[in-house]
Amino acid sequence: MSNIEKDDHTGIETTGHEWDGIKELNNPAPRWWLGVLIVTIIWAIGYSVIYPSWPTLSGDGERGGTQGSMGWTQYNELADSQAEIFARRAQYLSRFDSASFEDVQADPALYAFALAGGASAFKDNCATCHGTGGTGAAGYPNLLDDDWLWGGTVNDIHQTIQFGVRADHDETRYSEMPAFGEIFSREEISDVADYVLSFSTGGDYPAAGKTLYDEQCSLCHAENGTGDQYQGAPNLSDAIWFYGGTKVDLVAQISQPKHGMMPNWNTRLDASTIRQLSIYVHSLGGGEAE
Amino acid sequence: MSDTAAPIKFFEKRERAYPKRIWGKYRQLKWVAMIVTLSIYYLAPFLRWDRGLHAPDQAILIDMPARRAYFFFIEIWPQEVYYLTGILVMAAVALFFVTSLAGRVWCGYTCPQTVWTDLFVWVERIVQGDRAKRMRLAKGPLSFEKIWKFGVTHFLWIVIGALTGGAWVFYFNDAPTLVDQIVHLDVPWSVGVWIVALTFSTYLMAGFAREQVCMYMCPYSRFQSAMFDKDTLIIGYDEVRGEPRGKHKKGESWDGRGDCVDCTLCVQVCPVGIDIRDGLQMECIACGLCVDACNEIMDKVDRPRGLIRYDTMNNQEARLEGRTQNPHILRPRTFWYIAILAIVGGVMLFGLINRSPSDLNVLHDRNPLFVTLSDGTIRNGYDVKILNKTHEDMVFSLSVSGLDGANLRVQAAGDPEPDALLVYADSVGHYRVFVTAPKPAQGRSDVTFTARTMDGAIVETYSGLFLSERR
Repeated sequence: MSNIEKDDHTGIETTGHEWDGIKELNNPAPRWWLGVLIVTIIWAIGYSVIYPSWPTLSGDGERGGTQGSMGWTQYNELADSQAEIFARRAQYLSRFDSASFEDVQADPALYAFALAGGASAFKDNCATCHGTGGTGAAGYPNLLDDDWLWGGTVNDIHQTIQFGVRADHDETRYSEMPAFGEIFSREEISDVADYVLSFSTGGDYPAAGKTLYDEQCSLCHAENGTGDQYQGAPNLSDAIWFYGGTKVDLVAQISQPKHGMMPNWNTRLDASTIRQLSIYVHSLGGGEAE
Repeated sequence: MSDTAAPIKFFEKRERAYPKRIWGKYRQLKWVAMIVTLSIYYLAPFLRWDRGLHAPDQAILIDMPARRAYFFFIEIWPQEVYYLTGILVMAAVALFFVTSLAGRVWCGYTCPQTVWTDLFVWVERIVQGDRAKRMRLAKGPLSFEKIWKFGVTHFLWIVIGALTGGAWVFYFNDAPTLVDQIVHLDVPWSVGVWIVALTFSTYLMAGFAREQVCMYMCPYSRFQSAMFDKDTLIIGYDEVRGEPRGKHKKGESWDGRGDCVDCTLCVQVCPVGIDIRDGLQMECIACGLCVDACNEIMDKVDRPRGLIRYDTMNNQEARLEGRTQNPHILRPRTFWYIAILAIVGGVMLFGLINRSPSDLNVLHDRNPLFVTLSDGTIRNGYDVKILNKTHEDMVFSLSVSGLDGANLRVQAAGDPEPDALLVYADSVGHYRVFVTAPKPAQGRSDVTFTARTMDGAIVETYSGLFLSERR
């Protein structure tokens, strides 16, 4: 600059920029500020050497760019922290795997381990149908109550989780109720429904209903409607209904039964996780003793 | 503004203070305060206090991972953090009280910023010499002497900083164990981070920022002005006696002039770099070093001491009229501070004496709120936490009341009976509990959970809910 203009009051050079008569003074940036700027530049150089930072044209696909001297990646960091967790888990896992269900349920540390693992696996895999609280929905069994379709001991639950219900596995739980809509008349179905309701309500029923039930239904559901867990025949005499407890629901189920299915989890989850799940489900409140 | 006025300075560069060495009553008091406060800070973590097998034996410890704070016989659990609030309230009111009586003596004698700055100035003086030498060295050209003396000073500052940070972490870890770890350079990273951070902050605050911390950063130093009144002791220069000031040669008459010989020693010793003769200033931390300095000079020139002294505004005004005025110790301000201190302290003490050795918390399940069982009864699930704050294992009996036909079952490893729930010393017993009852007439019923020890000495209750379908 040829002609340096100085401010009258302070004697400091101006930048020559003017806004409505106000001129900016050309004060230097504070020294400490400049110091911080230089430190950040040095930091950035060091950082770009140590960590992956610069994009390159010929990166190796997934991790294009400079690799950094430490070879740090988020993948490695994840693997490291996972290894830490797996190592911590391993000390319980080996003990858990070699212990029976009874032993686990008697050992506070193993029990807590199983419940934590089971709760986590439940939310990932089971909650979709059975709900996060395990209460299920119409057609999806409530796992908290004391009414079990296929048995409520921890071994029964283990069996069901492993091989599923009506799943594609030789050992799966399987039952099939015939569609009585093709066999009975509408009046007959209504009579049977009235009789089934009378188990829990104690109400009146037509005699024809009882006759038909005893002939056609009692083989699986038992004469007094208590069902049969070996065949997966629901209990019809309690307060809990799988597909709904109104007469309309009953008529619908007798005429054209729904057959829900549950996958066999033995091909999807490892044996230890399934055992943890069994203990977790058993702990929800309805679990039965062996 | 006239053209002849000096250029306006928008920014005044800080003049670093080089406090001169002085000896006297208040300086002595400051040394004592420094030794006492630093001793407490460095030694307190090594005090032991027996709490049995299940709790640490360090007298003062904040155990972050276990979420416990220990102070001799007091043990604080996370939900009792209001004790900390109480201590802070009391500390604040005590500061107000002391300030209203004696001015900023906290700042002058015991504030860590003052103590560490004092320590750093002492190091500076040992290595570089007294005020004149230090100023010459600082302003002089770069020389071998300057390099080694500055180097040693800064090295010692960093060592003190490291010791400061090193002591801080002892309050959060078992001190003897940590000493061993530090000696073997095998410390947890969190400890390392704290030591480095506090080393750096001590070095920065006590070595460089010094009185600027009090002037620009510390809120307490500024709002203490609000606690001042005319009966508060401040450092005062006695203008009546001192003016007109001027140089005095030995043997000259003292008639017609003030006692101030304008030696500026009071300015040279001031750690915050002010001239107390200009009157009360917000930078003044009431440390009294200028009082010592002036008394020394008054002794030399054979005039009475106390030209600069701790004094009240009332007395200063009274002396202008030729009277003296003793400070009023008990006045509305101090009365209220004492009253607040007593009330807060009383409430805290009451709380501490009546602190329960255990507690019961019952959390109702949210999903589901209730379960209908096959016989039509209703079951509710709860997470029950029984706190055992004592140092011995305890067995509790848990029961529920207020609900007809209610049956309580505990779902836990080993199927414990509800009347034999073991809770280990100094820990929380966590139990899943199911309460089953015939369907109540209303959707929600109030129930009461009770946990009692076998001998009935401890009874804890919790008011909860039992939920059911609305009929």
